[in-house]
Amino acid sequence: MDVLSLSRIQFGLTTAFHILFPTLTIGLSLYLVILEGLWLRTGNEIYYRMYRFWIKIFAIHFAVGVVSGITLEFEFGTNFARFSQAVSNVFAPLLAYEGMTAFFLEAGFLGIMLFGWKRVSPAVHFLSTCLVAVGASLSAFWIMAANAWMQTPAGYELIHGKFHVTRFWDVIFNPAFPTHLTHMLLASYETAVFAVAGISAWFLLKRQHEAFFRKSLSIALVMAALIAPLQVVAGDFKGQNVARYQPAKLAAMEAHWDTNTQGGAPFVAFAFPDMKAEKNLCEITIPDMLSLIITHSLHGEVRGLKTFPPEDRPNAAITFWTFRIMAGIGFLLAGVMLWAGYLAFRKRLFDTPLFLKTLVMIQPLGFVATVVGWITVEVGRQPWVVYGLIRTKDSVSPIAAGNVVWSLGMFLILFAVVGGSYFYFTLKVLRNGPDAEAPATPSEVSIPASGKITATNAAGREVTS
Amino acid sequence: MNLIHIWVFLVGLVVILYVMLDGFNLGVGMLFPGAANRAEQDVMMAAIAPVWDANQTWIVFGGGALFASFPMIYTVLFSALYIPLFTFLFGLIFRGVAFEFRANSHQKHIWNRAFFGGSLVAAFAQGVTLGGYIEGIRVRAGIFAGGPWDWLTPFSIMTGVALTAGYMLLGAGYLIIKTTGPVQERAYRQAFWAGGAVALFLCIVAVWTPYHNPEFVANWLSRPRIYGVWVFPVLSAASFVLLFHHLKKRSEIQPFVWSLMIFLSAYLALQSAIYPCAILPDISVAEAASQPETLIFTLWGVALILPVVLGYVWYSYRVFRGKVAYGDGYEQ
Ligand code: HDD
Ligand code: HEM
Ligand code: HEM
Repeated sequence: MDVLSLSRIQFGLTTAFHILFPTLTIGLSLYLVILEGLWLRTGNEIYYRMYRFWIKIFAIHFAVGVVSGITLEFEFGTNFARFSQAVSNVFAPLLAYEGMTAFFLEAGFLGIMLFGWKRVSPAVHFLSTCLVAVGASLSAFWIMAANAWMQTPAGYELIHGKFHVTRFWDVIFNPAFPTHLTHMLLASYETAVFAVAGISAWFLLKRQHEAFFRKSLSIALVMAALIAPLQVVAGDFKGQNVARYQPAKLAAMEAHWDTNTQGGAPFVAFAFPDMKAEKNLCEITIPDMLSLIITHSLHGEVRGLKTFPPEDRPNAAITFWTFRIMAGIGFLLAGVMLWAGYLAFRKRLFDTPLFLKTLVMIQPLGFVATVVGWITVEVGRQPWVVYGLIRTKDSVSPIAAGNVVWSLGMFLILFAVVGGSYFYFTLKVLRNGPDAEAPATPSEVSIPASGKITATNAAGREVTS
Repeated sequence: MNLIHIWVFLVGLVVILYVMLDGFNLGVGMLFPGAANRAEQDVMMAAIAPVWDANQTWIVFGGGALFASFPMIYTVLFSALYIPLFTFLFGLIFRGVAFEFRANSHQKHIWNRAFFGGSLVAAFAQGVTLGGYIEGIRVRAGIFAGGPWDWLTPFSIMTGVALTAGYMLLGAGYLIIKTTGPVQERAYRQAFWAGGAVALFLCIVAVWTPYHNPEFVANWLSRPRIYGVWVFPVLSAASFVLLFHHLKKRSEIQPFVWSLMIFLSAYLALQSAIYPCAILPDISVAEAASQPETLIFTLWGVALILPVVLGYVWYSYRVFRGKVAYGDGYEQ
């Protein structure tokens, strides 16, 4: 294989591995803010114990997220030097700002969050939790701006094949950016709360630490009930944005070959798109539906993939399916929340085993949707690295293929070792369950009004033992 | 032109901050096998566990800042030094996960080794990267034009070993400040040996580098540099004397401070020889820089945000000041 293909495989693999961890840490950091806030407000020790349990999961994911992210920051230079050189004026400051505003904030306060219990006041500790959460979301802000710019470049001027900035505001707030960021943040929150819900449901099914996990589950479900429907709406906006700015990508995602000249475009529900034959095999369609989704009218025109020269077409076979898996998961999760709403209304949320079992089963789906969503975005951008302006084939570094074979091999080994260990330790922390026995040290629970603590202390133990 | 000078200074600052801060983390990692038992290992780990991530972030920011200010250095250097650079990153991966995994593991010896091995590999590869950079890189039309093994020379291997010794010195100095009892006692001895090794290597480097790059000598001797560069070897020699003096006296803070001074003077001596080159032998910083608008936009961020960052990083060091007690750290 050539340097280009190897570098693309390596970049895709390393980002896909990386994104699994931020997805959880961004969402879980918000959950932790809520838990610590509740603890400080109510003085109920159970929130403190919940925080101490979920932060263990958070810390493991954070560590792997950090170490897998570092290599990415360097891969632009090592593997895509020509791309980096062409876009540096526009693209690189976003990475520099990410470092300054986000990574330092996360790393600087993580230490206090993990080890600072006895060294700072609860208020400062809470502030640290909040700042880590802000840092995680800010990091998403900058990296999504960078990626969105590659999708819908703006605010630049091309001089001799090199991008020069005209306005940084336009670079950051490029057309794809608002939906890109919203959809990604929602994906992180959604993935994290469904992970928490699934783990909690698992303990409830085993009838262990019930009071503890009822609370965990309730908070997660309240958050999920807000987020899951919002994500479907955000996804719809995203689709329209793609239709407007990246029509070839949309046509590929929908396996839509011919522009509809008379009547509406059909929605392809099932098919095997064949790039060579320029048609779908075994297709099942719903008339006029695609026009309805994209243009919000029954007969709106949607451009077909055949109107683009073959060398400018992204791979429909991949994007069609990855997009459907993601959207399917989105509807499924929203549907589960409808069911949850119904059960909550009937006050049967915690004693419907089928519901709890469902939560356990769908727990990994957020991660799946995130990765396939990214594959849709990135494969759909092809053959361009900067949409419509620089081709991916012109972006690669002038290095020997052997280099990349070596690094890719190393990554595979590393990810197997690190990923396997990570999984093992996460399961181990979960199996050990929350620590309900060891008393909180006095300085740790000193903040809220005095009498309250002892009362809830006892209550907390009563239910959990 | 002034803008470019500000950025030369800033990138230089970020690099030396990384070297000094993560240097002592990596050093502690490399000294880790010296610990006699579990309790001592825990103390060594706890000495750096709250700060290693913030320290490592300097290289992440450094990468972004270099990309934004001198994209040609970023792209050419990283393509040319592909193998040592990735080796360095792979080392960091093992070093980084070792903290969390070790805390959760019953098989601590595995992650002890990962911590030690990761730190050693990262430090050595970093030194090799530095050596490769000093030796110069073939560039044509702004793009790397050499082969994949150009960096592999006796000189770069030597800089790799030298930096390893240097980081051990920093690590030992930091342990002296943060620990007591047998760990501290061992750190004094380790600092002594590492200090000796660093002195030896600096002498070799001081002879070998100008032999490799005759233009360095010309730069040093040119006016107005000639009036300033003599400071660095003098400062360096004085730092060594004070380092050994304070190690003998069993001072706690000073050995670390003088180790930092040794790093600083060596670094400044090197920089004063390279400048105004960005990529040796013949790409200048002006050629390598970004468009002015980008430099200004990023400079705003640095001017407004970096002081705040330094403030809270300082604060977090204050929170964790003082000696590490046995039993500190993860098993909170
Ligand atoms: C939407 C979120 C998101 C996305 C798409 C990415 N990252 Fe990331 N990254 C984060 C969200 C994040 C985070 C939440 O800030 C991390 C994850 C681990 C951690 O928990 O912090 C992080 C860590 C992290 C680090 C380590 C920071 C440190 O040392 O503290 C680097 C260097 C990168 N990332 C770089 C990248 C690059 C170059 C990406 C794209 C190619 C990328 N990330 C995609
Ligand atoms: C974190 C989630 C991400 C995932 C899962 C992901 C996935 C991928 C995949 C699969 C490819 C290969 C595409 C192909 O060759 O067909 C790719 C390429 C690439 N991506 Fe991403 N990506 C992610 C985020 C980003 C971000 C945030 C950026 C930039 C800021 C980015 C920049 C690039 C670049 C420069 C390439 C290489 C050139 C190319 O193949 O087009 N990616 N990514
Ligand atoms: C019905 C529901 C959904 C719809 C209609 C939808 C729509 C879309 C579209 C059109 C894109 C491609 C954007 C582009 O190419 O620029 C996308 C990307 C993406 N989707 Fe979804 N999506 C849905 C649900 C979900 C869910 C449930 C998740 C995860 C929990 C998710 C995660 C992602 C991610 C991570 C990306 C890539 C990053 C981004 O564009 O923000 N999506 N989605």
